[in-house]
Amino acid sequence: MLEIVYFSNVSENTKRFVEKLGIPNHRIPLYPTDEHLQVSKPFVLISPTYGLGDDETSVPKQVIRFLNDPVNRSFLKAVIGAGNTNFGEKYCRASEVIARKTGVPLIYKFELLGTPDDVATVKEKMELLWKLQ
Amino acid sequence: MTATTATGITRPVNWNKLEDSIDLEVWNRLTSNFWLPEKVPMSNDIPSWATLRPEEQKLTMHVFTGLTLLDTIQGTVGALSLIPDALTAHEEAVYTNISFMESVHAKSYSSIFSTLCSTDEIEEAFRWSEENPYLQKKAEIVLGYYRGDDPLKRKVASTLLESFLFYSGFYLPMYWSSRAKLTNTGDLIRLIIRDEAIHGYYIGYKFQKQMEMETQERRDELKAYTYDLLLELYENEIKYTADLYDPLGLTEDVKHFLHYNANKALMNLGFDPLFPKEVSEVSPAILSALSPNADENHDFFSGSGSSYVIGKHEATEDDDWDF
Ligand SMILES: Cc1cc2nc3c(=O)[nH]c(=O)nc-3n(C[C@H](O)[C@H](O)[C@H](O)COP(=O)(O)O)c2cc1C
Ligand SMILES: [Fe+2]
Ligand SMILES: [Fe+2]
Repeated sequence: MLEIVYFSNVSENTKRFVEKLGIPNHRIPLYPTDEHLQVSKPFVLISPTYGLGDDETSVPKQVIRFLNDPVNRSFLKAVIGAGNTNFGEKYCRASEVIARKTGVPLIYKFELLGTPDDVATVKEKMELLWKLQ
Repeated sequence: MTATTATGITRPVNWNKLEDSIDLEVWNRLTSNFWLPEKVPMSNDIPSWATLRPEEQKLTMHVFTGLTLLDTIQGTVGALSLIPDALTAHEEAVYTNISFMESVHAKSYSSIFSTLCSTDEIEEAFRWSEENPYLQKKAEIVLGYYRGDDPLKRKVASTLLESFLFYSGFYLPMYWSSRAKLTNTGDLIRLIIRDEAIHGYYIGYKFQKQMEMETQERRDELKAYTYDLLLELYENEIKYTADLYDPLGLTEDVKHFLHYNANKALMNLGFDPLFPKEVSEVSPAILSALSPNADENHDFFSGSGSSYVIGKHEATEDDDWDF
């Protein structure tokens, strides 16, 4: 099975979503003083959107730091976005920016903690992606 | 938390020393989102307004006075009532920003009115808002908690207002927008909707932080209280919705939108959604009026003609990572 790597701020919405998936996962460290995360298996990245509303600041800097490591990038298979539709055209913008920059597909978007339906859909997509490996 | 502590020392807010990084993150987004209704070219909606039937115009005005009432409450009572229990000095500052923006929101409906309606019509709509029993009841329920003495219940009531109670009203401008009507009004409402997302996120997050300091018994009590209050408000919202939207036959569609947003309000407070998918799926037209790319299909698996092959993407150079 593909693993999950995710970022979640202190509000921990994404963390709670990931915990419902029952898939091996790693959390990108929150603080600059935390130890750098380097992965060694193929994974799907889940990232919420933050920032000021522009593309440049939409991806959390912790995620940028993680993806700046070429080893991490080499295992990245797909991206999932977390956000809130209230942000209009900026909904899940970070996941779009990451997909564009890395050339991997954006396979799903969900809001906040995710609904039971979001959990089921992401599980299915993860399995399908694994079979396609 | 107040500027003056129990020991009598008054502390200025130091933004170079943060206790909670979210305070600055939220402050920065709120200030960069800052807008004023004068910047939206409302008068472009005059021809479109003229195409609405009289009862549609009246409904729109009633909906907007209802929203004005909620923003007035949140600006002058709700956001300010959170200041005394703030955990950090920066949190207090964020509430003052929220409070001010609510007053901008309240005023922006008056900008819409003054552009599109006559003085008599405006007078009638405000009179309606004072006399509508459901609107008055929702104000009364929320104000009861804002004036009460439980700081956590205040945050729950505030989050439910920010993330749930507005949406019976927000539905209509999104509906017009999806039919290419009142599109500038729609743009203005989208600015308000964006602000409300951060307000709901932030107050809900601070609620969760305070919950962490409570006993298990008290947490259980607050969780039960949250669902009870939501259902109390929900019952009233359903009546308010039917009263407004039955004549246009839109009530069922609005209800879906209410369920969807009630779920999001609960999530902002850290609780699981309540309404199942079948009743909380928002119609595609409304969803894309809200967020143009929300219902984009990211289902590349079934996409015919998709040339994507997993694992075959070009290696990215390090320099590209200058987001
Ligand atoms: C300051 C701030 C800015 C945000 N900007 C966006 C945005 O542009 N687009 C979006 O879809 N969500 C945005 N969000 C919503 C978050 O992405 C969403 O709440 C997410 O669930 C947070 O996940 P986390 O708690 O795991 O960090 C923003 C939230 C905050 C607090
Ligand atoms: Fe508001
Ligand atoms: Fe608000």
